[in-house]
Amino acid sequence: MDVAARGEQTAVGVRLTINGLDYFARVDARTTLLDWLREGAKLTGTKKGCNEGACGTCTVLVDGRRMNSCLILLAQCEGAEITTVEGLADSAGALHPVQEAFIEHDAFQCGYCTPGQLLSAVACIAEGHTGSADEVREWMSGNLCRCGAYPQITDAVLDVAERWAP
Amino acid sequence: MKEFAYSRARTAAEASALAGRSGTCLIAGGTELLNWMRLGIVAPDQVVDIGAIPGQAGIRLEGDTLLIGALADLNRIAGHPLVEAHAPLLGQACRSAASPQVRNRATLGGNILQRTRCPYFRAEEPLPWGCNKRRPGSGCSAHRGRNGEHAILGWTGSCVATHPSDPLVALTCLGAEVELVSPNALRRAPVGTLHVTQREARHAGEDSARYENTLRDDEMIVGFRIPAQSVTGTSYIKVRERRSYAYALVSAAAALRVEGGAVRSLGLVLGSVAQRPWRLRGAEAALIGQPISKDTVHAAVEEDLREAKSLPDNEHKIRLARNAAVRAVLTAATS
Amino acid sequence: MTVHEQVRARRADLARVEAAAKVTGAAGYSMDNSPGGLLHAVLVGAPVARGKIVGIDTAAALADDHVVRVLTRADMPVFGEVQPFQAAAVHLPMQTGEIRFEGEPVAIVLATTIEAAEHARSLVDVLVEARPAVLPGAGAHHLIDDVGQGSGGVTWWPYGQPFRRGDAASAWDSAAVRVSGTYVQPSRHHNAMETSGTLAEWEGNRLTLHDSTQGGHILAPVLADAFHIAAEDVHVIAPFTGGGFGSKGWVWPHQILAAAAAKIAGVPVKLHLRRHDQYTASGFQPRMVQRVELGADSEGRLTMLRHRVSSITGLLETYLEGATEAKALYDCPVIETRQEIERVSIGSPTPLRGTLEGCGLWALESAMNELAREAGIDPLDLRLRNYAETDPISGRPWSSKRLRDAYQEGAKLFGWRERDTGGRRDGPWLIGSGMATSMHSAMRMTGGARVRVRRDGSALVETNITDIGTGLQTVLTLVAAEELDLPVDEVTVAWGDNSLPVTGPIYGSATLHTGSAVALACQDLRRRLPRFAAHLSIVEAIREAGLDEVVGEGVFGLPDKMPVDHDGGVSGYAMRTFGAVFVEVAVDPDLGIVQLRRMVGSYSAGRIMNHRTARSQMIGGLTWAWGKATMEHSELDPLSGRWLSKNLSGVHVPTNADIPADITVHFVDEVDRHASPIGAKGIGELGVIGIDAAVAEAVFDAVGVRIRELPITPQRILV
Repeated sequence: MDVAARGEQTAVGVRLTINGLDYFARVDARTTLLDWLREGAKLTGTKKGCNEGACGTCTVLVDGRRMNSCLILLAQCEGAEITTVEGLADSAGALHPVQEAFIEHDAFQCGYCTPGQLLSAVACIAEGHTGSADEVREWMSGNLCRCGAYPQITDAVLDVAERWAP
Repeated sequence: MKEFAYSRARTAAEASALAGRSGTCLIAGGTELLNWMRLGIVAPDQVVDIGAIPGQAGIRLEGDTLLIGALADLNRIAGHPLVEAHAPLLGQACRSAASPQVRNRATLGGNILQRTRCPYFRAEEPLPWGCNKRRPGSGCSAHRGRNGEHAILGWTGSCVATHPSDPLVALTCLGAEVELVSPNALRRAPVGTLHVTQREARHAGEDSARYENTLRDDEMIVGFRIPAQSVTGTSYIKVRERRSYAYALVSAAAALRVEGGAVRSLGLVLGSVAQRPWRLRGAEAALIGQPISKDTVHAAVEEDLREAKSLPDNEHKIRLARNAAVRAVLTAATS
Repeated sequence: MTVHEQVRARRADLARVEAAAKVTGAAGYSMDNSPGGLLHAVLVGAPVARGKIVGIDTAAALADDHVVRVLTRADMPVFGEVQPFQAAAVHLPMQTGEIRFEGEPVAIVLATTIEAAEHARSLVDVLVEARPAVLPGAGAHHLIDDVGQGSGGVTWWPYGQPFRRGDAASAWDSAAVRVSGTYVQPSRHHNAMETSGTLAEWEGNRLTLHDSTQGGHILAPVLADAFHIAAEDVHVIAPFTGGGFGSKGWVWPHQILAAAAAKIAGVPVKLHLRRHDQYTASGFQPRMVQRVELGADSEGRLTMLRHRVSSITGLLETYLEGATEAKALYDCPVIETRQEIERVSIGSPTPLRGTLEGCGLWALESAMNELAREAGIDPLDLRLRNYAETDPISGRPWSSKRLRDAYQEGAKLFGWRERDTGGRRDGPWLIGSGMATSMHSAMRMTGGARVRVRRDGSALVETNITDIGTGLQTVLTLVAAEELDLPVDEVTVAWGDNSLPVTGPIYGSATLHTGSAVALACQDLRRRLPRFAAHLSIVEAIREAGLDEVVGEGVFGLPDKMPVDHDGGVSGYAMRTFGAVFVEVAVDPDLGIVQLRRMVGSYSAGRIMNHRTARSQMIGGLTWAWGKATMEHSELDPLSGRWLSKNLSGVHVPTNADIPADITVHFVDEVDRHASPIGAKGIGELGVIGIDAAVAEAVFDAVGVRIRELPITPQRILV
């Protein structure tokens, strides 16, 4: 098979929205959501840690649910609504309460896992997995932090959950 | 990851027909398949996305049977009120798997078809060592090398891998059936017999390293049927190297009915000790009619595990399996 | 509130100055850059641990039209010689046909997409003539001799020389109480969340690198050496690094290979190491076997200490983990230590957070806990009884040491004297407690900074540091505000670019060297103000003199002009940091599980510049320590000499669930004026140290199982 024909078969077109903006991409079907966000959409806030779903660094929201973007083909995202760290602050630049709480509790050090932690925290709170510190710790365990900011991350999540509680 | 053509299936029948073609893989959540493709464990020319097939992710009760679609993801199952009411053991096992993010993506059908975590198997191409699953006849490096986390039951010299799924252990303990669709048929099978040990594969005249389950090439899992049981308690014990986001060293599921101080029924299954969930039938039978005490359970499990055979690095796993099974029963008795 | 009061108040709790960038995704890490026309590079690793390359077949890899080139040794320039203490490996890859370890780079795929580059890697066929790998246990052992040199080793490394005072053999024979044990710790990888990455771009003979590094100051000299160019022609941009922990401290071959690939291809090349590659690209902490013998009198006073250490290193590359530095902890008349290396088919080991004493104290403090049991003395009392008032090795006075207070305040915070001993039951759990001492050499290097104050009242600190999350820019902000008497909001820091003033690396202690340089630059700036303005504020003086800005330069140097000292050098003082750690664990004896319940770390570590970030750093250290104690280990396949798992699913580091909230970090109030002008010493290593021995003791306390090999996994508890 010649290269052009093969390329035709192995390319895929995808429509999706990211942080409320519409995108259309035509990519090699192998392209993961993670690599496309970083290299295609130039949204480099989403970071690559392990590329096998074992660290949570690349966590984004897909239709409101947290997922590892390294474990998703862009092709599987037809019609999906993606939220990345770039979409957390409002359009005027005001930080999301979870972002503020992470700063307030010093819930990061090098910052590399932080975008994933933030999106996971937003989802953890929305899921209601904030009944106790133990529950938060378990439900925030999908995001490794090698600097070891876990107690502060837990505090930040509990703090926001309390403030958001009806 | 090799280049592939991507398409979406609209129906289960269409997908199963495509699944039978060589060089084709189905993708649902993709949390396993993408890693297989990265490592070169599979290298399909064609990937068929079944994730959007309608009606495959439902969870509902039909009479005394809980029905769960193959595409239901682990977090939805764990958090579903019907699962909580009729199969809390399954919910507990699902919640203990992987991470919240992975569980949002991973489907139950895909989860039970995951493959071993053996590090020799999980190496990338070009494969640096022998692995009979990856290269027939190349030898089992785990058998000769490090095998602390490998099988204590059902293994052969050609493969010592275990199956790592948590939900599969719970499904087996609950006596669930798996529903399989192929282009011309729908069949049901006890989920605990879907996978085979290396020794069973060899007895069946198959390649003992590569023949891992009885699923035919053109078959696809579409759902699970879990009989609603009258149990008095269930428990899933998962022993791992860290508290979360880790595969089991050993797991144990128990579903127990105690009446008048004596065991009326018991399901007791070990995970991560063999290439399929390991039902402790001997212990189950021995404990019927007995009162629950640590000593009686311990004796029954120990007797059942006499057939376990350790590898050079994993002798501790036999004791760990025994203790986990005992703990599962005792916890179910007090839950 | 005066500025001084404001600085003091905020010193306790100043939020990171780069915080907003980190929570919005705006912080730019090296691999976030993508100049037009770049090629993605993926390394092809040697398929065997030892042998010779016979040929490399690239045809299959090149069949994809996205794959532009596959570079092999034939394409490579001959690299110039690179220097140790800058380059982690001095025998650069792709220069000979020899394979020294599995995964050593032998080819580089360049492609227009990541997908194509990664797949093409697997298609490159490396034909080898394999030789049997030299595996741990079968390698040649070399004793480190008096000049710190093992066979084929290096002379610049100040650790591991034999030390002998008194007659250990006869002291052992006559000791009233004796313990001895062999303590093992496995090889471990750093596993920073960000894998290393280099983006290289050439313009003629000028090289620009965006890099993930802890050593922005050494990239230029090493790359200059390798490419025979001037260091001034290497521009390094490295503002944010996603964790290093030692793995990015020196320059590794991939950084040179990325630059070589860019030069050959004539376009920018981005080499973002895959997680898999990281296991063979940037070092690891070597497996160590330590033998400790302690003798004491009947009161528990040490009469002899013998400590012998063996660690693995590469066939050619020499890294020695200086574990016998632990000998400086206790007052003991007879001390004998020695170290050896074992050469095996493996890449070079390298420092990993909790280095030196961090390794040695696993053994020594475990032995001290065993001695306490043997002698029937509380482990805390045993330590106090053997407290070293002066450096037990050199006899020099300590530059500062308030370890006695750290023991006592830590014990109080933990409730050590009131603890239950001997395995209180709580459901399936048995509870145990343990303690140990932490100590680390105060590593000092040279630092540099420039400070500008403008007439509008703003100040700019310029220095080539890289952010790895220690809170360094925030500390520099506080130092400048205090020295200049300016509000902290008026101070900004420019960093992460080697066109800024050169400073030391981001390990050891960047607070010590760069913080001091900033203080000195501020003092220099004051000296440059007009003489008449002595009674004015800096800003008033600038305005009064009609100036736009005043600039000060500061260099923190060591007395003997050495680039580094690790224990006070020629200052006349012994310099270390200290701490006391206490842990409570729960052990499930049936399932072999150990869980952390609470931890207290109480430290004597010089002046704490910003309690907020210091506390976070110590919590991070304690998290590392829990990982070392209970789960972290990188195993080699005993047949092939390849790392068994090169991923984060097969290699565990702690998760959030492993670390309970009940962690107390306490600092004794202390200023060390001898160590640095700002009174600070490093704390990054200190938090990692001692916990392993304390956990082993706590497990023994709970279930009576003495574990002398890390990590403490179910397998080892279920004896």
